[in-house]
Amino acid sequence: MEPLLKVENLVTGYRTEQGLVKAVDNISFEVNKGETVCIVGESGSGKSVTSLSIMRLVDFENGEIIDGSIHFQDKDLASLSNEDMRSIRGSKISMIFQEPMTALNPVFTIGKQIMETFYFHRSYSGKKAKQRAIELLELVGINQPEERLKQYPHELSGGMRQRVMIAIALGCEPDLLIADEPTTALDVTIEAQILELLKTIKQEMEMSILLITHDIGVAAEVSDRIIVMYAGKIVEVAPTIELFSQTLHPYTKGLLESVPKMSGERGVELPSIEGTLPGIHSMPIGCRFAPRCHYKTEKCVQVEPPLENHYGHLAACWHAEEVRNGTLEKGETT
Amino acid sequence: MSRFLLNRLGQSIVLLLIVSVITFFLINLAPGGPSAAMRMDASEAERQAIITQLGLDEPVVVRYAQWLGSAVTGDFGVSFSTSEPVLERILSRIPYTIELTLFTILFAVSFGILFGIISAVKRGSLRDHAINFISVIGLSIPAFWLGLMLILLFSVQLGWLPSSGVGADARGENFSLLGWLSYLFMPVLILSTTILPNIVRFTRSSMLEVVNQNYIRTVRAKGAKERYVIYVHALKNALIPVVSIIGVLIPRLLSGAVITEAIFGWPGIGSLIIQAAQGRDYPLVMGVTMFVTIVVIVCNLLVDLVYSKIDPRVKNV
Ligand SMILES: Nc1ncnc2c1ncn2[C@@H]1O[C@H](COP(=O)(O)OP(=O)(O)O)[C@@H](O)[C@H]1O
Ligand code: SF4
Ligand SMILES: [Mg+2]
Repeated sequence: MEPLLKVENLVTGYRTEQGLVKAVDNISFEVNKGETVCIVGESGSGKSVTSLSIMRLVDFENGEIIDGSIHFQDKDLASLSNEDMRSIRGSKISMIFQEPMTALNPVFTIGKQIMETFYFHRSYSGKKAKQRAIELLELVGINQPEERLKQYPHELSGGMRQRVMIAIALGCEPDLLIADEPTTALDVTIEAQILELLKTIKQEMEMSILLITHDIGVAAEVSDRIIVMYAGKIVEVAPTIELFSQTLHPYTKGLLESVPKMSGERGVELPSIEGTLPGIHSMPIGCRFAPRCHYKTEKCVQVEPPLENHYGHLAACWHAEEVRNGTLEKGETT
Repeated sequence: MSRFLLNRLGQSIVLLLIVSVITFFLINLAPGGPSAAMRMDASEAERQAIITQLGLDEPVVVRYAQWLGSAVTGDFGVSFSTSEPVLERILSRIPYTIELTLFTILFAVSFGILFGIISAVKRGSLRDHAINFISVIGLSIPAFWLGLMLILLFSVQLGWLPSSGVGADARGENFSLLGWLSYLFMPVLILSTTILPNIVRFTRSSMLEVVNQNYIRTVRAKGAKERYVIYVHALKNALIPVVSIIGVLIPRLLSGAVITEAIFGWPGIGSLIIQAAQGRDYPLVMGVTMFVTIVVIVCNLLVDLVYSKIDPRVKNV
């Protein structure tokens, strides 16, 4: 398969009072044409920063791509001029966000917010723009599209607003859609509908999707491949089925154990991974997961494990083999 | 719609009553009396005659009731000092005050918003600091002092601008835009200092809050040019609170007009109220006070209407 997006050694940092801190530290991955890739990880692990780096939106939020490259259709987005990058945003790469409640501007109509994208990237006539906007609303399953165009965001439900966001994102038929936790703020039924919508649209429009979620259950449902992130690093990358059948990283294993076994079981107390993400200012020198890992050894604490191929997919763990074979019992420390 | 307006009308009547009571009693109980009765050369008998003639020998409460009785029919009485009807005196002054305040609002709002945006978008830059510095100075220097300094500089030293009046000659037959503006320039500038710094600061903080909102990131993600992001998406949201602060600033603008008109000999309502108060021209004081109160009420109503127009979340009134 041909990669559409190839991120190499990306380092993104934020300027804070304590200086530049790295929120994403040297990650590499690719998204192939027509593929749905999920980035999974706890909140704070750098998923949003990764997506905002691809969109080069970190520039506007005190952030900065410090190193690395982002290849997309013969261009390196990391070093593209602002104007060239602007013309890619919303046309070749679109993005939808977690907060459908606040992601739409409250003082403009839905119609204006869909149609203005054409003004940025296409030279449609007013009539053509309106016609296309109605088409898009129909595509994302919104009834009475003509009336909706005149409505304001506060007149729609959360699920509707997310559909509108998707309609906006699809306006210029992007090659890549980045969805950052698109269903996190929605309830389970609406979540299922939106995920279903994304699946259908992907097939119809032949685009790639980079879906970001903290919920590995969501990832399992829609993705072809999963990237697991922890504390600004990628710790495991595998085709979805393989990730579940041949888990190589203790963190991934922890995530899988905290997933409800049956659908609709949400809200039930689940075993979650003990401990919290290391602070951005106190990163362990060795494996970043070591403080929470039941498999850790002295080597883990001293030396950072590289992201390497074991048994056909990538994992960053010194003890991938034991994790896979289950030879080292969980809870046993050496 | 009608319900909202009725409510407003009720509140306004109560407000007018309260203002009239306070003003009436304050001015009548203050020491001194109408200048006609206070003349040094008047004999005691003459004074008494004038006081009786003006009806000032009645108790204050009775006089208030009388005043109110006529006022509700639209009769505000006759000025003590010129014997003209109060309403006529006010009406003849209104155009000048409208001219002064409208130009000031236009000037202060457009520059206030512009500087506020620049200050927010270029936060921490030299321009931001300069705008902040000038705002603080504008807030802390009294208008009358600054007015006198401007007159000293532009009229006395440089001789570029007239120091007072409205330039009657530049208005009539030989209208000249430059001549007219030369009279308007300093008063508008001085009156602006009473509200401009507030508008700048308010726009700045409102804008800073808005540019961090998620919907601004969405617009950028759609590929908008930065100019469009700021002047279309951010500005419309940032203006919502600014419109309401303009409503709050209108009374301040009117009290600023009193000082400004006095400094520059501008023949508007502001200088009229000073004359009225100094001469203890009770009917005129009452008339002007009522007029100004009504203006403030109407302006606030207008602000609410504009507010509901730009913020779709507010139900149209
Ligand atoms: N604007 C910002 N300024 C400073 N630090 C930030 C900013 N945005 C994100 N970070 C930091 O980057 C890290 C990763 O955040 P993020 O990518 O949002 O995580 P998530 O995986 O939940 O999307 C966090 O430690 C967060 O504190
Ligand atoms: S390298 Fe060591 S500490 Fe890190 S995940 Fe693997 S076993 Fe755990
Ligand atoms: Mg996030």
